[in-house]
Amino acid sequence: MAVNDRELMQTYDTLQVLSPEGKVLAEEASQLTAEMKRTLFEKMLSCREFDEKAMKLQRQGRIGTYASYKGQEASQVGSAMALEPMDWLFPTYRDHGAGWTHGQDWSRILLYWMGHPDGSITPDGLRIMPQAVPIATQLLHAVGTGWADKLDGKRHASIAYFGDGATSEGDFHEALNFAGVFQTPTVFFCQNNGYAISVPFSKQSASETIAQRAQAYDIKGVRIDGNDIFAVYLTVKEAVERARNGGGPTLIEAVTTRYGSHTTADDAKKYRDQEAVQASWAEKADPVERLRRHLLQEGLLTEEAEADMTEAVRKKVDEALETAESYPKPTRESMFEHVYESASWMAEEQREQRGSTR
Amino acid sequence: MTVMTYIEAVTLAMKEEMERDESVFVLGEDVGKRGGVFRATQGLYDQFGEGRVIDTPLAESAIAGVGIGAAMGGMRPVAEMQFADFIMPAVNQIISEAAKIRYRSNNDWHCPITIRAPYGGGVHGALYHSQSVEAVFAGTPGLKIVMPSSPADAKGLLKSAIRSNDPVLFFEHKRAYRLLKEEVPEGEHLVPIGEAAVVREGADVTIITYGLCVHQSKQAADELEKEGVSTEILDLRTVYPMDKEAIIRAASKTGKVLLVTEDNKEGSVIGEAAAIIAENCLFDLDAPIQRLAGPDCPSMPYSPPLEKAFMVTAEDIEAALRELAQF
Repeated sequence: MAVNDRELMQTYDTLQVLSPEGKVLAEEASQLTAEMKRTLFEKMLSCREFDEKAMKLQRQGRIGTYASYKGQEASQVGSAMALEPMDWLFPTYRDHGAGWTHGQDWSRILLYWMGHPDGSITPDGLRIMPQAVPIATQLLHAVGTGWADKLDGKRHASIAYFGDGATSEGDFHEALNFAGVFQTPTVFFCQNNGYAISVPFSKQSASETIAQRAQAYDIKGVRIDGNDIFAVYLTVKEAVERARNGGGPTLIEAVTTRYGSHTTADDAKKYRDQEAVQASWAEKADPVERLRRHLLQEGLLTEEAEADMTEAVRKKVDEALETAESYPKPTRESMFEHVYESASWMAEEQREQRGSTR
Repeated sequence: MTVMTYIEAVTLAMKEEMERDESVFVLGEDVGKRGGVFRATQGLYDQFGEGRVIDTPLAESAIAGVGIGAAMGGMRPVAEMQFADFIMPAVNQIISEAAKIRYRSNNDWHCPITIRAPYGGGVHGALYHSQSVEAVFAGTPGLKIVMPSSPADAKGLLKSAIRSNDPVLFFEHKRAYRLLKEEVPEGEHLVPIGEAAVVREGADVTIITYGLCVHQSKQAADELEKEGVSTEILDLRTVYPMDKEAIIRAASKTGKVLLVTEDNKEGSVIGEAAAIIAENCLFDLDAPIQRLAGPDCPSMPYSPPLEKAFMVTAEDIEAALRELAQF
């Protein structure tokens, strides 16, 4: 199905702009310059490099339990690249690829996974919220920031990231319903990676797609190939622009693959044929490989240029690790900070007690 | 100063804060044209319009969650839960999100939301329109829980709550709404959150309580006065975090302490006051700390005689005080 048919169709077929072989399927791709395509590729490479490095760091005990987003790079980079700097971004614990694309430092993201209290601090001037760990709570917040912007007369969009499991939560329904009634500038960006830890989407929901739920709230709903970075970027860009211009909310279902386990504390082999998933993924679904094929075919990338890019990206991740590992450790006293605007007597008293008894 | 009811004081606080600060807005069920089921938001819709007085869908998690988002986005939302009993779907938003956003972002973000809810029984509200829910939230660092006992305090504390840069749960006893009237200061009347108040000086026994029970406690103290027993009453006003120093002072003053709440006894917030006294006042006590509370039954019954039996009355307090005075 071509992108420009979407208004006419009431089915929720999966939109593709770039085929797994790297061929362009829709003329919208012409909006993307060669420079932009190379940037998208470089950002995906960087995300892949970071994720693989983080998995190793967890095995070495240098960071804590880690949630890999491998396989979801096109969804995360493509969506975040479609935002303006002042748009609100509500990530989950698996969306640090999107957070980094929008301006968060790799070193901060590493600090987060090291458990450092400074790991959730947003760079000045950006509105990247701390990663949501309870499921679907942040969808309502994204409606709220949208409402705040609307009351304030500001034209920004809010994008909330979530997975397929989150669509079973009450907050998902409440957020879409509220956004529909009040036409808030909210983009609900669902990465349907097929699994909520071990539970496949077929057991999560009887509806064939997540996008079709939009119909019930009378908001825009689109299903896209989440491994196709062109489809992701173009769809999210259209949705955030519509939001900014008073056109209301959009639900986007980006169909993708969680390549690995839920987190490093999970073992996907226990509930799915991990070897088969990974083999078929490498063949058809790897978003980095898909764009790479396209760039090579179009003569926009040489193997030499790619090698240089990989080396530069690796260097940046290594530097971020060095920054994070040399960052001052939190002090015992800092545990009691920022519970309230000013410390309560309980915090003062306990800070003193802890200091004297340990 | 004008004489006004408790609920008029609540309305006035919101009206004044909305006039003062454009970032203040109200959201909840039936708060718009209807002016709230108790009329707490009466007149606000006409004055401020539907953009700032928002009738939301019937979804408490959304009322809290959208409010939290707007608060992080620079607004000062005042969210109304129609009854405290119906706050339960919003507990995840309040405890996991509002209470923790400052801490987990290491002070990068904060959440200046006020969540108001009418609580308490004695109005034939039955199981689901009568509950006291403060103990569900007390013990959640990051939250503040305010439960004013008088119209003047309701106004002054609500204004402070709306201006607070931390999330505040503001529980109003629904029976107090029209029962209690007094002179309320106009304009800039702020009562600080976190400070208890001695509402009656006394020398023989001490009552520590909050909310509508302050009213019943005063009635009981008046009766005991006739028998020559002088009662000190400390109104906690903020039940979390509690005013530790004021509790220690009030308990030490008489050495005989009666803690009163309408909530179920076990696990109620007055247990925390008992712990503070036990930790700090052992040698000042002349009697064991006493608790007078609602029964440990799931909720207030609808049957009138059972409802009456559930409520803590002035007579119950009087009897408990007498016994304590004689110890």
